[in-house]
Amino acid sequence: MSSEPIHTEHAEHAGEHEGMTRKRIWNVFFVLLGITCVEFFIALYLVPHGAMTYHTANPIYIVLTLAKAFYIVGYFMHLKFERLGLVFAIIVPVLFIIGLILVLTNESHHWVDLRA
Amino acid sequence: MSTTVSQIDEVKTTPWAGGRSPFAVEYGKMMMWFFLLSDAFTFSSLLISYGALRFSSAAWPAPDLVFQSVPGMIEHGAPLVFVGLMTFILIMSSVTMVLAVEAGHRNAKKEVVWWMIGTIIGGLMFLGCQALEWNHLHSEGFWWGAIPKMDELKTLFHEKHATEAVMTTYGHQFANLFFTITGFHGFHVFSGVVINIIITINVLMGTYEKRGSYLMIEKVGLYWHFVDLVWVFVFTFFYLV
Repeated sequence: MSSEPIHTEHAEHAGEHEGMTRKRIWNVFFVLLGITCVEFFIALYLVPHGAMTYHTANPIYIVLTLAKAFYIVGYFMHLKFERLGLVFAIIVPVLFIIGLILVLTNESHHWVDLRA
Repeated sequence: MSTTVSQIDEVKTTPWAGGRSPFAVEYGKMMMWFFLLSDAFTFSSLLISYGALRFSSAAWPAPDLVFQSVPGMIEHGAPLVFVGLMTFILIMSSVTMVLAVEAGHRNAKKEVVWWMIGTIIGGLMFLGCQALEWNHLHSEGFWWGAIPKMDELKTLFHEKHATEAVMTTYGHQFANLFFTITGFHGFHVFSGVVINIIITINVLMGTYEKRGSYLMIEKVGLYWHFVDLVWVFVFTFFYLV
């Protein structure tokens, strides 16, 4: 009867140690380095040579930044391997930031008119 | 003696039934996560107000014109090179930090110490680079509430049609936001370095060996990666966009 809780305890500990091996750490490092190199390539080569305008480059920077954030939070901070409850407790509040971005982007449009 | 579990006992074994952490992480680690969440809100409000002010501006100092020197080596014409180096240093120190955590899982005290020392050196190098960067901008005339002289300020804008009043206004906004946000981030890096040093001393004294777990390394690791994460965003919105 008492073997039941012990069993779940074991399952938890097994989950805690899976995840980051040294090989995987370096893989994530090279992904982060690669993304940063792509950003530099856009900023130092594509935009100055007119192959890309700021209007296309900026959204690409933001997407690449979010990709880097995913790798840092998911793998380096280990959140990808945590319980779903903890993942939601951290990620869901962050979504409110998107709300603030939308509100202030909209607001800044009006500031332009006020300043003109 | 029946081996079947009664309905009530079975309920108690679920993660949310109480008596243990439903998140299956230690208390201190969970609190570190929630602290970082609150810190994420602080940084995002700073960065979003920067975004809103810049988005509504008539002209803004161009990153490839403002940041085009490598202090002590190249004065002009090397945009983003120095900040690229800073970014690389910080990502690298994040890697040594995960390697310290990984060594901690194997209870390999010596490895933990060396990776932690590597992380501390990375942090100090980043702070040194930031000091040079601040010093360079300060020597150009930028500071909180201060901008370079007009003929020099004009060279930092792509919008050549902008009036002097416009350049003065947005030059000031840029200066204030830049020093506040990178300063707040640099302060976090500095705190991180201090915390890392304290933890490394604890490792050397065998505190975690006696405790049987190097969980503390994971907690400071979370903080350190968060500092790296914030830099990724600062880098994008101040230097690239």
